[in-house]
Amino acid sequence: MSRQYETVIGLEVHVELASKTKIFCGCSTEFGGAPNTHTCPVCTGMPGSLPVLNKQVVEYALAVGLATNCEINQYCKFDRKNYFYPDNPQNYQISQLYLPICHDGFVEIETGAGKKKVGIHEIHMEEDAGKLIHDEWEDCTLVDYNRSGVPLIEIVSEPDMRSAEEVNAYLDKLRLIIQYLGASDCKLQEGSMRADVNLSVREVGAPEFGTRTEMKNLNSFKAISRAIEGERARQIELIEEGKSVIQETRRWDDNKEYSYAMRSKEDAQDYRYFPDPDLVPVVISDEWLDEIRAKQPELRTEKLARYEKDFGIPKYDAEIITSSKKMADMFEATTAICKNPKKVSNWLMVETLRLLGERGQSPEDITFSPENLAKLVDLAESGTINSSVAKEVFEQIFEKDIDPDAYVEEKGLKSVSDEGALKATIEEIIKANPQSVEDYHNGKQKAIGFLVGQTMKATQGKANPGMVNKILKELL
Amino acid sequence: MNIMSMTAVELGKKIKAKEITVLEAVKAAIEQIEKLDGTYNCYVTVDKEGALKRAEEVQKLIDEGSLTGPLAGVPVAIKDNMCTKDLLTTCSSKILSNFKPTYTAEAVLNLEKAGAVILGKTNMDEFAMGSTTETSAYGVTRNPWNAEHVPGGSSGGSCAAVAAEECSYALGSDTGGSIRQPSSFCGVVGIKPTYGTVSRYGLIAYGSSLDQIGPIAKDVTDCATILEAISSYDTKDSTSMKRDDLDFTSALVDDVKGMKIGIPKDYFGEGLDEEVKEKVLAAVEVLKSKGAIVEEFDLSLVEYAIPAYYVIASAEASSNLSRFDGVKYGYRAADYEGLHNMYKKTRSAGFGPEVKRRIMLGSFVLSSGYYDAYYLKALRTKALIKQAFDKAFAKYDVILGPAAPTTAPELGKSLSDPLKMYLGDIYTISVNLAGLPGMSVPCGTDSKGLPVGLQIIGDCFKEKNVIRVGYAYEQSRGYEHSPAVMGGAQ
Repeated sequence: MSRQYETVIGLEVHVELASKTKIFCGCSTEFGGAPNTHTCPVCTGMPGSLPVLNKQVVEYALAVGLATNCEINQYCKFDRKNYFYPDNPQNYQISQLYLPICHDGFVEIETGAGKKKVGIHEIHMEEDAGKLIHDEWEDCTLVDYNRSGVPLIEIVSEPDMRSAEEVNAYLDKLRLIIQYLGASDCKLQEGSMRADVNLSVREVGAPEFGTRTEMKNLNSFKAISRAIEGERARQIELIEEGKSVIQETRRWDDNKEYSYAMRSKEDAQDYRYFPDPDLVPVVISDEWLDEIRAKQPELRTEKLARYEKDFGIPKYDAEIITSSKKMADMFEATTAICKNPKKVSNWLMVETLRLLGERGQSPEDITFSPENLAKLVDLAESGTINSSVAKEVFEQIFEKDIDPDAYVEEKGLKSVSDEGALKATIEEIIKANPQSVEDYHNGKQKAIGFLVGQTMKATQGKANPGMVNKILKELL
Repeated sequence: MNIMSMTAVELGKKIKAKEITVLEAVKAAIEQIEKLDGTYNCYVTVDKEGALKRAEEVQKLIDEGSLTGPLAGVPVAIKDNMCTKDLLTTCSSKILSNFKPTYTAEAVLNLEKAGAVILGKTNMDEFAMGSTTETSAYGVTRNPWNAEHVPGGSSGGSCAAVAAEECSYALGSDTGGSIRQPSSFCGVVGIKPTYGTVSRYGLIAYGSSLDQIGPIAKDVTDCATILEAISSYDTKDSTSMKRDDLDFTSALVDDVKGMKIGIPKDYFGEGLDEEVKEKVLAAVEVLKSKGAIVEEFDLSLVEYAIPAYYVIASAEASSNLSRFDGVKYGYRAADYEGLHNMYKKTRSAGFGPEVKRRIMLGSFVLSSGYYDAYYLKALRTKALIKQAFDKAFAKYDVILGPAAPTTAPELGKSLSDPLKMYLGDIYTISVNLAGLPGMSVPCGTDSKGLPVGLQIIGDCFKEKNVIRVGYAYEQSRGYEHSPAVMGGAQ
């Protein structure tokens, strides 16, 4: 009973691309919208309509392929995957099987166990399906084709991962690369990035892979980790009981923390793939590829090095800031205005992440502008407002992107830095608190804190704390 | 002269000269339809009201001077597999019995811009699958030369409508001969242009890599004029070609001196009716007498064209027709339990036997384990056929042969033996596989009085050679009106 097992995991990651229009027609890809309003004859599968490839989709796919060290198929084709389901108006999905646009790449991940390469088998382009909505009231099912034809890439990894930690590191790496490229916002919860997990177990040292299952419906990093643990345990139990794992597709239920069989390999459909005769082969010239290569933005690794070197911020800060493209963009834009990288990084790392965390949001949800954050940094740095006021103002910026100059002015939040006025107030405080003064003179350093607090209270928090300390010490 | 006996270009000239109004032309066509269509059943839908309304609009535009083209005001019939906004488009299938498209096909839009007045939609083999127009869910179309015979197919309704003068001209589509073969059977002229010349946007697909829309009319002049109007580079169709040589009417010259004509021996072998052979060879003699250089050669691979075609076209069709499922538009079975039962019942009742046969054939050749043996092999054969034609066109300007091995068969004699029916496509199919332009021009009648068609095949983008040879040949003989319009054959 003390056999040791190894988990072998490969991932199929679907990423919704950020193009403004659909992959084969001019309809908007914007989320929301009343049902079937972002549609046309092409994406609703009207008879006689024909697909025309969106060039931007190819460019995004190429950018991701290059950033993940893939070989590019400079002659690639689209194939039809035939299956009947109402969310797919043509009853075939246009995808790539025989000649996908990218293949044989890798990304490097880092976990507690060190650095490791995860191979990428291929990346292909395809179209998303519509959405079925069951109307319980009328007991009928309706279809919304707004999502039909939204461009996706599917990134298929090699079975190179061995733990949930590696899977998460791989997904995080992909997310960062794709976000930095601007090819997608990669929001797992909203479905713009989705992962199916192929998993098998084998005894450590076994030469062959075990039988794998594919798990679907994984909507968060946590769900993926739980699903991997759950499926690993399920497969080991089967093997220990002398039963065999069946090759099948399973659906993970994150609430019940259990997966359910959807369909086995035996009843797997024959998709009757064949090249789509309505589309011509995509020929990617060397010039086009060079153009994409030249346009590749700075990725995270390069940014990390540059932040330490050019901005002089610690590696720890740089890692946090660059863990999101949105945050890195915000950092650079704000720093360009106020020229104070360390302070900007502090606002982002501490207050921004705290507020996002409280709201269950991610850095991609940041809505304030670099201009207003830069103004706040200046206000705090010049001592125009003190730190507690600054925090209060920042919450307003975070929530409503207010102009801090106007806000501070309007609410009268400027620090009282008028030495004469402050001195008068402090003299009164000293007079009113003889016990604390005595304690201070008896060596109780804490007492001065109380007096500072009283002064702040008297000035409604607007006093410049440095100046209060200085005057207090002088007067005492 | 009777309005409907005029060619489209002749009628267009009279309308332009204000000798005939558009309304008079449209009324004449409708009158002819009302008189003859009960017998010939060329139309699935006649849009009398729409045509009369449109006639007045077009007349106004002509009077204003904003419509000056040769086809302005001339009434046309459209094959029922081309989408026409708000006008029933059935593909002669029950499954689209109630389908009104939300948009109009690009080729039809091009005609409308040229001032065409659409009379209605013509009958065809269901989803263009067939060679007789007998697989239509809306009854057979009869041949205006002899009502006991088929008009050919799949564009049988369009060709018969031209021959019965129930329209001035028509549009058809050709996947394996569906314009040329019925043109041959009905004694009219039809062109299948080079693949990519006419937009397929709005043409309800049968075999996407082979389908092309083309004109059907009384003579070569009309066909060249119509082709010029419908051809366009269309960014909505990825297979559309950008061409700057669409001035097809410039090829209407009576001069073939020095042109090199190849006669493929393979097109005159076993299976070819003696009378058809005789008429076609007589036509070749006419061209020779006009100074063309004629030579026989071996085209080879002809025997492989039919299996390759039926594999490729059926494979594409099996996928193209999967969208007809009762979910979004068209016919849906009345009683069903659950989704899959709805699909099954809808498609079982909605499609006819020939369509089902090809869907099954196509699904089979694409299924895993058979894909390489059938589909890929067929694609390789297609490439070899193209190479054989490339070799021939290095030597010849055009290739001549029959459009079909026989004249029109009798009604009811073809469907019982589909394999034999498929063999009837032998001379037309390889032209689609190679993407070439081809035309059928009438070259006389057989002893039963049924028309024979001369097929003229050109290299890719060389429609002008085809038109020139067809035009020169046509000058040697006038247009023969079908007995239907001469008061006979009813």
